[in-house]
Amino acid sequence: MIQKFANPARFIRLSQALLPWMAGLTLAFAAVGLYLGLVVAPADYQQGESVRIMYIHVPAAWMALFCYTAMAIAAAVGLIWKHPLADLAAKSTAPIGAAFTFLALFTGAMWGKPMWGTWWVWDARLTSMLVLFFLYLGYIALVNAFDNPARGIKASSILVLVGFVNVPIIKFSVEWWNTLHQPASVLKIGGPSIHPSMLWPLLLMALAFTTYYLWVLLLRLRGEIIANKIRVLRLRRVHGQA
Amino acid sequence: MNRFWSIVRRDLRLALRQGMDSLMAVMFFVIAVVLFPLGVGPEPNILARIAAGVIWVAALLASMLSLERLFETDFEDGSLELLLLMPLPLEAVVMAKVTAHWLTTGLPLIVAAPLLAVLMNMDGDGFSVLVLALILGTPSLSLVGAVGAALILGSGRGGMLLSLLVLPLFIPVLIFGVSAVDAAISGFPVRAQLLILGAFLLAALPLCPWTSAAALRQALE
Repeated sequence: MIQKFANPARFIRLSQALLPWMAGLTLAFAAVGLYLGLVVAPADYQQGESVRIMYIHVPAAWMALFCYTAMAIAAAVGLIWKHPLADLAAKSTAPIGAAFTFLALFTGAMWGKPMWGTWWVWDARLTSMLVLFFLYLGYIALVNAFDNPARGIKASSILVLVGFVNVPIIKFSVEWWNTLHQPASVLKIGGPSIHPSMLWPLLLMALAFTTYYLWVLLLRLRGEIIANKIRVLRLRRVHGQA
Repeated sequence: MNRFWSIVRRDLRLALRQGMDSLMAVMFFVIAVVLFPLGVGPEPNILARIAAGVIWVAALLASMLSLERLFETDFEDGSLELLLLMPLPLEAVVMAKVTAHWLTTGLPLIVAAPLLAVLMNMDGDGFSVLVLALILGTPSLSLVGAVGAALILGSGRGGMLLSLLVLPLFIPVLIFGVSAVDAAISGFPVRAQLLILGAFLLAALPLCPWTSAAALRQALE
């Protein structure tokens, strides 16, 4: 099953068919989610209108963790089964995940200034998200550090798996250390403690972010495969002329 | 076991004959700490407040800077391939090299730390806990750093890349190392922090040699 998708030509065909769907779904989810979130959903009785930052902030933070988990799984698949597309998927996910992490940190700061009265606090969850951002940057630096791209991908796959210890720490940081950042209110035992009028736009935005990730991932993967092809063709021409 | 100690002895001898390498880590440690009173200002209260953090951060940086050469010299002159061919698991080779690294850099840092604590005007209650926390923490730094040092082999980008990879992973040790000393100074029990540092060490002890051996095999492929 996994090996079936290792064939780049098959992947290119499959992704060609999937791309418009992902793009369409992203736009549809984002349109409805933003409408519900920015227009329909009520303002918070304490936070006022700035609660609406949540509809970007929370999905971005979820995606930051989701992308790292996806990278770790892809890296493990690549290391264990020597799956070429899994290697490329890990590599292509990194910049997307780093962007989501930055977005979560940035929107968090935007929300923190009016609500907490400060852009930044050294709270457990904020700090561990910052560490996650550094882990993404370290991965991107390592994957591009070698002349031989295959070596870079293998070395950085090991790094992802080592850094994965941070993901559960971020997820549970607000429960282990009772700090400023509020604990989870959607994914928790006993159901979400959030009103449906706010839950729906949040979930739709999360779906939009997920399909956006898949969309960009497919684009990046196709780009990587094509770049590999170009490299091989160039090498062949050089050797043919020599 | 004999082979294990022969690698440790080899690395120790190399470090001592070349002389300056391990000494440089300590000197860096001392100079980095001494910069703080000059930068922050010599008020005893401020220095006492930041002493534990400054000493830990400097120890972190010193041990990271020396890690860069952990496998690199052996990789460049080819002896790493011979170590791979030894009838000793590569994990044990890594463990031996980490042991030697800790003996040549971690241990001198621990010896120098109380002296720096005096210079930083640290409260007397913190001294023994600082040393204890460093004893538990610095081996973890060497172990985690070995993974980074193995990953960057052959990239030709050494130190900067290593710091980007390894420093985020050092943060937990830093947090609990500093909070142990702070707790001791404020008169709170330090058992929890020391136990967590010990737990990090116990987790790093099997996992890090395993991971860095995997990384070394990738590098030597």
